Amino acid sequence: MNYSALRHFADSYGLVFMSVVFLVLVGWTFRRNAGKHHDQAAHSIFEEEDRSDG
Amino acid sequence: MLQGAEQPRAPVSWIGCSSEGLMDNIITNAGAWLLLAILALFGAALAADAGFAVHMGIMAIAALAASFLTMAKGDFNALPGRFAGPSALRSRYYDDVIRWGVIATVFWGVVGFLVGVVIALQLPFPALNLNNEFTTFGRLRPLHTSAVIFAFGGNALLATSFYVVQRTCRARLFAPKLANFVFWGYQLFIVLAATGYILGITEGKEYAEPEWYVDLWLTIVWVCYLAVFVGTIVKRSEPHIYVANWFYLSFIITIAMLHIVNNLSMPVSLLGSKSYAAFAGVQDALTQWWYGHNAVGFFLTAGFLGMMYYFVPKQAERPVYSYRLSIIHFWSLIFLYIWAGPHHLHYTALPDWAQTLGMVFSVMLWMPSWGGMINGLMTLNGAWDKIRTDPIIRMMVFALAFYGMATFEGPMMSIKSVNSLSHYTEWTIGHVHSGALGWNGMITFSAIYYMAPRLWGRERLYSLRMVNWHFWLATLGIVLYASSMWVAGITQGLMWREYGEDGYLVYAFAEVVSAVKPYYVIRMVGGLFYLTGSLVMAWNIYKTIKGDLRQEAPMTDAAFDPEADRPVVRAPAAGTPQPAPAE
Repeated sequence: MNYSALRHFADSYGLVFMSVVFLVLVGWTFRRNAGKHHDQAAHSIFEEEDRSDG
Repeated sequence: MLQGAEQPRAPVSWIGCSSEGLMDNIITNAGAWLLLAILALFGAALAADAGFAVHMGIMAIAALAASFLTMAKGDFNALPGRFAGPSALRSRYYDDVIRWGVIATVFWGVVGFLVGVVIALQLPFPALNLNNEFTTFGRLRPLHTSAVIFAFGGNALLATSFYVVQRTCRARLFAPKLANFVFWGYQLFIVLAATGYILGITEGKEYAEPEWYVDLWLTIVWVCYLAVFVGTIVKRSEPHIYVANWFYLSFIITIAMLHIVNNLSMPVSLLGSKSYAAFAGVQDALTQWWYGHNAVGFFLTAGFLGMMYYFVPKQAERPVYSYRLSIIHFWSLIFLYIWAGPHHLHYTALPDWAQTLGMVFSVMLWMPSWGGMINGLMTLNGAWDKIRTDPIIRMMVFALAFYGMATFEGPMMSIKSVNSLSHYTEWTIGHVHSGALGWNGMITFSAIYYMAPRLWGRERLYSLRMVNWHFWLATLGIVLYASSMWVAGITQGLMWREYGEDGYLVYAFAEVVSAVKPYYVIRMVGGLFYLTGSLVMAWNIYKTIKGDLRQEAPMTDAAFDPEADRPVVRAPAAGTPQPAPAE
């Protein structure tokens, strides 16, 4: 694959692919019920603690 | 490849040394290290240049030490008992390596800041180069950058990542012996890199100066680091992988990729320190800054954001402001950062479109960065009083504020027209240090203050007031540093581009140098404040480890008057009948 072909792939299919993957990953956080999971995850670091957690 | 071929074997057998301490394994491992030491000694004897011989000597000493310690059943705690921590706390998580990591972070921090002050002094007072090759600015400068980024920052990342991954996954560290190898192997890398700079061994690539054999050693250490981290995540008992681990994992994987690609090179001799890069010209420059900027993005940003997303909520005792925002922050950072490198090569031989690409992605990076900053700061929503009462929270807020400032300044400086003024001037140095001292330094200090009493099972830190002193010393240092470098940088930029009516440059280079000399002195004073703050921290951590508690007045002394501490009740008007109290 020469430079021009690679460049062409990068600013067409490559760009679209990366954008779609990004949008899906970000969109995934807006799915229904996500809020509940996020809440659980955010609180998970506070569960069952010793005074010294060493 | 004499050493390169032998190195992978020892770490592998190192894992094999089970905690039961089978005699056979210990002898095999000790023997493998001894063999490595002998090979290193051969390397030293047959070396093509003096620097390589010194490095092989260091390798031999390290391998001998590893062999000796393996025979002592690899129990590193046997050395200084005081640092080992209470035995009752040892069972649940593997924290020995983290305790070592905290000590190493503090130690390398002080060393790195000290070298920084020395080279800051060399700029206004060149006589301090001492007229000898080993102490010139050119050799001490990479010593400073590597000491603060890779030794101080790297040890902080090792220690905090092992701390956070165990606690958020509720699982003991995978392969603790391998984790020990990662820690000590990383220290060996630091020593080899640092001595190499002094001896003049360098690839000449900024932040990637170590030569080929040191790069190979770091690759082995880093792959083991990845194995320990991923292994711990795999054996987790918490179903969800907390977002801090996402940031740490992206940091480990990306640094491995960057390190390997940027250091592709061909050694001149298998027993010599010199190598030549696989790329040449502008391709080499772009590879270097793809590496260099993503070292900022994934080492100094993603890794430290991992710290932020764990330690800020824990210290504030509140969950992160928006978990969704933290995930969006993560993916946006990952997808945008990797393209920003070309902004280091504006107005060079790099094709115009690549420069513009770098600029556009750098400007876009502003958004996730500020999303992350807002997420961290808003975690304190409803508990803002902690900034006044808790100096550790204050450090974290300060770190986040500087994360925000540096990630606003950076995109601005990456715009070509701004870059034409700022590039090659001290403004760049000021920008880097507001990020490094403000964001990386302060979040690391606060993480160390958080971990130290917990790791050594102490009731609290030795002194909270000393944390406060550290905070203000560091803050004053950063303010002096950043403001003096802004003025110096813009002065340089404007003087360099000043043309007279006759079409000639108005100022000679030396005139610009003498114009910025006062700012160099101010910068050095700022650095001195920052170094002093780190010495206060070192003393505080030492006393905390020792188990002392400083008797001191509490941080807040707002007078408490129980008489006044009651709700305001309107006094009933005289003469009105009082309702009978309900029975």
